[in-house]
Amino acid sequence: MTDSPSADQLLAAVAQWLRDEAMPQLAGATAYQARVAAGLLDTVARQLALGPAADAAEADRLHALLGQPDAALPLADLNQRLADAIAAGQLGLHTPGLAAHLWATSRTKLAIDQPRYDGLHRPPEPPPPDAA
Amino acid sequence: MSAAPASHLQAADGAVAEADLAGALGQALGGRVDGVQRLSGGASQETWAFTLHPTDGAQDDRRLVLRRAPPGAAQRAADSAGLAAEAALIAIAARAGVPVPALVRRLQAGDGLGDGFITAWLAGETLGRRLAAAHRPALAAQCGTALARLHALPLAGLPPLRRTQPRAEVAHLRAWHARHGTVRPVFQLALRWLDEQAPPDARPTLVHGDFRNGNLMVDLADDRLLAVLDWELAHIGDPMADLGWLTVHSWRFGQPQRPVGGFGHWPELLGAYRAAGGTVDVARLRWWQVLGTLRWGVICESMGAAWLSGAEPVMEKAAIARRASETEIDLLHLLAPAGATA
Repeated sequence: MTDSPSADQLLAAVAQWLRDEAMPQLAGATAYQARVAAGLLDTVARQLALGPAADAAEADRLHALLGQPDAALPLADLNQRLADAIAAGQLGLHTPGLAAHLWATSRTKLAIDQPRYDGLHRPPEPPPPDAA
Repeated sequence: MSAAPASHLQAADGAVAEADLAGALGQALGGRVDGVQRLSGGASQETWAFTLHPTDGAQDDRRLVLRRAPPGAAQRAADSAGLAAEAALIAIAARAGVPVPALVRRLQAGDGLGDGFITAWLAGETLGRRLAAAHRPALAAQCGTALARLHALPLAGLPPLRRTQPRAEVAHLRAWHARHGTVRPVFQLALRWLDEQAPPDARPTLVHGDFRNGNLMVDLADDRLLAVLDWELAHIGDPMADLGWLTVHSWRFGQPQRPVGGFGHWPELLGAYRAAGGTVDVARLRWWQVLGTLRWGVICESMGAAWLSGAEPVMEKAAIARRASETEIDLLHLLAPAGATA
């Protein structure tokens, strides 16, 4: 059991200091870099909050998709197996559950990496028209 | 910090670098140079703006732009046309009626400025989000006209350029992605789809290679396309590659409902492209849209890899690497749209 303040509180404190105190005193490229730095701290905070449950759910789905391989395989190895199976054409969009798994996994990554990205909730896009 | 290459240490000591640059530019151009300013954009090449006060008092002061290879940038230049080819293409494009900044000088060995060239400076907007802030049908049409003109250029008059075709581009992206060691099932799905759906070789034309919102300089007062910038990735290949790249979701800057750079719609772009003599192949165009989406994802990864290796110790590269997940979602929208609402 680590002491208080917690990791997420420390991250929030540093990000807030960067935005509220450091950035107003910086100019040009350095101010921009400070904004990037604060954004990265936010990413780490989201990963700490969302990552463990997301990884566990992803591993469960991968076990089902891959036909229950060795239960001790780490998530990175399971992902490699899925990538290899897709590359080899053994699994594809015809595979029940694959599209749903990929959507769920990428949505979760995006919720950590870029939660404001407009691609997350936009409607399906019509293809380019055949004639102008 | 001790591992940082010399170029970055110099960049940090901006005043010294700018004074050296101003001196060399003044020598090369015959005058006094001030107002040296590093411009944003252009990740793999340096771009500087400066003001020339010519020694010959009969000439007016001029604001100019230097584009040159920074020291140590060679490792990212596998796709690059090279600065000599870029300069030649800008001159050729200008004669074909494609808006570009006027070429002022190609750097000579004796200039002591490295490889590159100098162009006129143009006052205009290049920020993607500002271009995408409104519907600009005239701008989308000018993009179509400019692309049709550059796709119509006779190959015989062009500088030496990389040649590629659809299947070779897929192989290139697959190898590039594999080098980063990032495991992404969605990227493998896209590579498989691109293999299965690859169109036959196209009749080769000049391809700009990076024609997108972000490389367009625009006068927002009348939505006039002032210049097509950054010819670094020009090559000979399938002209639909340019139309596909321009309409990739990543370049819509928060305006996904306007596929052309966030500022225009399909008929505006394609109508002008056809009116200027271009032929649109919609199936090919869609294929290149998928490839372009994957390409931006692999570029994001490559920035992270360059940062991790120490080759480009700039924190922002690490941040951009975490944008590859955006392209996973964009690829799923294109390849498995039924899941978008699940």
